[in-house]
Amino acid sequence: MNRLKTALSTWPKAILLASLLASFVFWLLSGRLDPYYLDVLTKIGINVTLAVSLNLINGYTGQFSLGHAGFMAVGAYAAAAITMFAGPKILSHAPANLLESATVCLFMGALLIGGLAAAVTGFLVGAPSLRLKGDYLAIVTLGFGEIIRVIFRNIDSLGGALGLNGIPPYTNIFWVLAVAAICTYVVLAMVHSTYGRGFLAVRDDEVAAEAMGLNPTRYKVVAFVVGAFFAGVAGGLYGHYTLSIDPRGFGFMRSIEIVVIVILGGMGNTGGVIAAAVILTLLPEFLRQLDQYRMIFYSLLLIILMLTRPQGLFAWKRRPAPAPGA
Amino acid sequence: MIEFLQQVINGLSVGFVYALLALGYTMVYGILRFINFAHSDVFMVGAFCGFYFGRLVPAHSIGGGLLVILMAMLVCAALGIVIERLAYRPLRSGSNLAVLITAIGVSLLLENAGQLVFGADPKFFPELFPTKVFVSPGGLRVSSNQLLVFVVTAVLMVALQWIVLRTRIGTAMRAVSFNAQAASLVGINIDRVISFTFGLGSALAAAGGILYSLNYPSIDPYMGILPGLKAFVAAVLGGIGNIPGAALGGILLGLIETFVKGTRFSTYTDAIAFAMLIVILLFRPAGLLGKFQVEKV
Repeated sequence: MNRLKTALSTWPKAILLASLLASFVFWLLSGRLDPYYLDVLTKIGINVTLAVSLNLINGYTGQFSLGHAGFMAVGAYAAAAITMFAGPKILSHAPANLLESATVCLFMGALLIGGLAAAVTGFLVGAPSLRLKGDYLAIVTLGFGEIIRVIFRNIDSLGGALGLNGIPPYTNIFWVLAVAAICTYVVLAMVHSTYGRGFLAVRDDEVAAEAMGLNPTRYKVVAFVVGAFFAGVAGGLYGHYTLSIDPRGFGFMRSIEIVVIVILGGMGNTGGVIAAAVILTLLPEFLRQLDQYRMIFYSLLLIILMLTRPQGLFAWKRRPAPAPGA
Repeated sequence: MIEFLQQVINGLSVGFVYALLALGYTMVYGILRFINFAHSDVFMVGAFCGFYFGRLVPAHSIGGGLLVILMAMLVCAALGIVIERLAYRPLRSGSNLAVLITAIGVSLLLENAGQLVFGADPKFFPELFPTKVFVSPGGLRVSSNQLLVFVVTAVLMVALQWIVLRTRIGTAMRAVSFNAQAASLVGINIDRVISFTFGLGSALAAAGGILYSLNYPSIDPYMGILPGLKAFVAAVLGGIGNIPGAALGGILLGLIETFVKGTRFSTYTDAIAFAMLIVILLFRPAGLLGKFQVEKV
């Protein structure tokens, strides 16, 4: 733990820069990469972003959220709405020789606004419901996730139940990996800062944290807002990758998938969560040859993994897990 | 007025099924403090048991139909006990989260195995019971299937209440839910009580699955997810861990949903169930009938 802390405090930005550079190199090479591998890598990148951001809420701050897909939906819809409805107007004003950079700026802006929209939603959801604890919070966030989905199903200008189709294909491997790197950096830098110790304090013992003069509600809301922001950005990337989004894609099972990654990676262990995101995204791909038995093996593996390593795949040191309701 | 009563009847027939399902969630939560995500899939298995057993008995007969319900309840009780034994018991001493994930795993397993065994396409649920519609002088319509839901659910709830309050095993259940450690100190076999609780809850879910399918006769391996979520909401609404609360929550939820369906907000029905839940939890976190516990430092 200490060594990680030193490493982070001496060259955290260097690590971030290196990963950004690596994403750029991947993008340069992406033309030569097998499209199938590129597809899998994109999925991994998006899942890493989602899982690392959820880990800030569930792992580090110990608040059990089951509504991450809802924030993802907000980001996906907001970003897609911007590139689809405002995008053509903005791009028509751009000079022809700058069209490409204008598109990049547009996409970046759309992702940011998607993230901000999700962050605002996160605040609106978090501020009232974070008074609840454990299982109750889980249920409320689950409820909010479902409500967000139903609301999108009912907004006709956003396609209603059919969803949005024909989203421009702006997402490429650079964006996906860069966002995953930035998200990881922000979460780690936050948690390992002086301020960020408060997240861990709130997780370990809320009453004690409060007695020390910390404001637990504020920490929880901050974790929620930051987590929701990155979920929103990941949603924007997802929408501009699949090119069509509909409310069914952001259901309760999607949230569960992300929670499973976080728990299998070991709550509050970013390295483990990233590894779990990679493994759990690859697993269905490896199981593809099993064809119709694929999902059965996937669920069986999930049960067996949990029975044999309940503390998470990569938690070598046993630490008291933040049990909901405890 | 007639329309109002009609809505009440329709709402109750949905709400009773939610209540049956909610009882399973609430009993397991009361004893183990965890959300049994696989419960909604036991409900689905119950419906498919009804589908296959329904072929063995003559259609449109009350005796045959009840026999089918009973058989499905037995099969699902066994299924619930097996699930608990294999997937939950090994983790009982660990964190709640680990059990939550295995529960999700079991849920996925049942859904996907169901898809393989039963097929992914929706099946038409057979008419097990005689179908008839009774019309009152004012024009109030009650179908025999709805009546059946009322009668069977009422009988099951009374039976459950009797088991929990009047039998030895029921007393043991209450003791374990009150304080598991103290219960084991006075010689209660906790494993047996938990197995029994899972069996009981799963049997109720099976009955709920068949009753639900009688009124909504299209069944598929994923049919349990939404009723399961809502029944869980119902359990929280009534105060999770509280048996009469689960019944009340289920009935309330069914009524509210049906009334919302009758308005122009019908497409928001699913959302309103959750919105209600959030409002209740924010103002009365222990649910309607639950006891609020003060946190001690």
